Amino acid sequence: MMAPPLVWWKPLGRLEKSWVTIAVVWCVFLTAMMPLWYFMGRQNVPATSYRVAPAHYAKLVTEFAEKYKTGEEKGIPVVTPPVGDVYLQAKAWQWYPILKLKKGETYRLHLSSTDFQHGFSLQPVNLNLMALPGYDYVINLTPTSSGEFSLVCNEYCFLGHHLMVGKMIVID
Amino acid sequence: MATAAPHFPAAPTPWSGRRAPTIEADEPEQRPFVHRICTATGLKVDLAAQRLIMANAVAAVVFLLTGGVYALLLALTRWQAIHLLPAQWFYRVLTAHGFDMLVAWIVFFEMAGLYFGGTVLLNARLVAPKLGWLQFGLMLAGGVLLNTVVLMGEADVAYTAYVPLKASPLFYLSYILFAVGALIGVLLFISTWIVARHEKRYEGSVPLVVYGLLTAAGLALYTLIQGTMAFLPAFLWSLGIMETLDPGYYRNTFWGFGHPAQQVNLAAMVAVWYLLAAITTGAKPLNEKLSRTAFVLYFLFINFGSVHHLLVDPGYSFLYKVVNTSYGMYLAVLGSLIHAFSIPAAFEVALRKKGYNGGLFQWLRKAPWKEPGFAALALSLIGFGWVGGITGVTIGTEQLNMVIHNTLRVPGHFHATVAWGTTLAFMGLTYYVIPLIFRRELKLVRWAQLQPYVFSLGMLLIAAGLIATGIQGAPRRHWDISFSGAGFPVDIPNTVHLTLAVFGVGALIAVVGAGMYLSVVLASVFLGRRIEPTSAVLVSSSGAGPIGEVVLAPAGNSGHGGARAHLTEEEEERLFEPKGTFVIVLIFLGFFATYYLANWWLLGRGWGVS
Repeated sequence: MMAPPLVWWKPLGRLEKSWVTIAVVWCVFLTAMMPLWYFMGRQNVPATSYRVAPAHYAKLVTEFAEKYKTGEEKGIPVVTPPVGDVYLQAKAWQWYPILKLKKGETYRLHLSSTDFQHGFSLQPVNLNLMALPGYDYVINLTPTSSGEFSLVCNEYCFLGHHLMVGKMIVID
Repeated sequence: MATAAPHFPAAPTPWSGRRAPTIEADEPEQRPFVHRICTATGLKVDLAAQRLIMANAVAAVVFLLTGGVYALLLALTRWQAIHLLPAQWFYRVLTAHGFDMLVAWIVFFEMAGLYFGGTVLLNARLVAPKLGWLQFGLMLAGGVLLNTVVLMGEADVAYTAYVPLKASPLFYLSYILFAVGALIGVLLFISTWIVARHEKRYEGSVPLVVYGLLTAAGLALYTLIQGTMAFLPAFLWSLGIMETLDPGYYRNTFWGFGHPAQQVNLAAMVAVWYLLAAITTGAKPLNEKLSRTAFVLYFLFINFGSVHHLLVDPGYSFLYKVVNTSYGMYLAVLGSLIHAFSIPAAFEVALRKKGYNGGLFQWLRKAPWKEPGFAALALSLIGFGWVGGITGVTIGTEQLNMVIHNTLRVPGHFHATVAWGTTLAFMGLTYYVIPLIFRRELKLVRWAQLQPYVFSLGMLLIAAGLIATGIQGAPRRHWDISFSGAGFPVDIPNTVHLTLAVFGVGALIAVVGAGMYLSVVLASVFLGRRIEPTSAVLVSSSGAGPIGEVVLAPAGNSGHGGARAHLTEEEEERLFEPKGTFVIVLIFLGFFATYYLANWWLLGRGWGVS
């Protein structure tokens, strides 16, 4: 608590040296894990995004949904697109449209919001990404399980936030 | 018994009102100031600083009380079996709770800490006390205004106020007022230190506690600058002066403020840890070089960490995120790992030297567990370092963030760090501030002794409940985990009700613990007898000697028994090695590695994404 002498640069004790060495090794390991997984893992954070005007994005989504619409549920179109670019729009408080994807195929999922910030949370897969207005976030998505999945919004988006739930279907 | 420390310079030379023409080198000009001599430590206490310490500490406690009431309401709402508040009030109270706890309580307490560290610990005077009152006034105005605006329903935007959610301009203004006030406080602390150094109020290097506070102050400077970069445009945007504000820009600058603000807390809390260790066990830092290097690592690298919040945002490259989230190369984490060893090691060695030198853990069994400051220190270390640190590093790993972002695991993490660790450390310190600064007898001492345990049990259940709920995918900041009104059902396991109940019970216990703290503080300040303390420790049977003997004795001949007077420094170091701490940190690392690697396993089970 009190002022030490001006020169406090003294050698470390035996255990201090050992712990610092162990800690440095652990930190190097922590750092190395990310590039290792980047090259070897199948789950990496998407890093492709484009600027897009929210109104333009809404138009793209509507066109896409009309083109590949195969059904409707609770007023939201169910869309079965071919492998390639697919669009998802977050808007208070709805995910639009319902995507029907094929297991094992890789889609270029475009994700954006046309009003507030929203959180794309696919459950129970537990994949969480951000949807921001003005940003078209491109996600190369490969479903590896089939069934019906929930899309929860997990970024607070004003008073109806807890009502914002969507759906995604994956078929074999 | 306490005597004036011999290594401090003599009484100040009279000040003539203008600079003397010649000053002898070893008798620098020292402006006199109104002070008292602390009867427990022999330190000079600048009365102007003392008033500011008291004012800021009181404001801190009032905000803790307000935030605590909000906390209770929120916990009783998220605990689905009770589900107390309606949705709108849940989000409203959540907004105010975040600010009062994460910002107001903590920063006000830190301001008190800066006035204390800048003056009392350096035997120095506070420069420009009027600016100190400006700091206090601005921060108080900001804090009160923010709570008012939020409770009036003008800012249901959550603590982060993510653009384009728009609040009343007064909401952003209150943030700005608060930040400007804090900035003044930080600059005042730095000026006070520079003047103290110039006036040679202390000899040698600044004490480690002040070194830690200086680190916190340095971090606070750029934190507040980044806060201005976020809130000033948001203010102009909410007034309609700026037409649009990019949400990505806002997130980046907001977290440039929001995350480092918690790193300021980290540095201040570590400083408080060293202080509590010194007060309650007479511990001295084992190696100043090691501890100070760890602070330098914080200062240089910790700001990178704000990018943790942007890991799954559009617009950033892999390399940008990896370099930033690893703090360069986990160099700030290295700083924390160093403190995780050096602080327990310091009190282990101090206790071993008191005669508890048997085996690996005799010192731990004989530690002053009944001394509130020690219990607070030890449990704060566990909460912040063990629970909070491990989960934090995991959340901040680029790919792992995809399974954690915005789930309840995130509040689980920061309730372990800030709400448990930092808050408890500050609570523990308060018990010493009351006799030493307020000079009031501590009332309800039994409550103060129990309080760290009650509060920690509550916070442990809160953190564990939230983390376990989050692992199941449950979102944070969410009013209705049953999704009853939503358009589609949600496939989240039913066990979330169990884990949320654990969280709810924990919250009740933590509220009791916080209530005990507030009772002790209020009872002591308003009903406590005026005293002139002669010892800094509260419970005499704690095994730690009075502060005057243990802490203030000049280096080299402090409290050591005569029996080992013949030992050389090296022999003594070997005899009192912190072996127990070494074992504990190895267990900690094992736990860390298990949790961290388990999360990679969780990630690897998910869908392919890139």
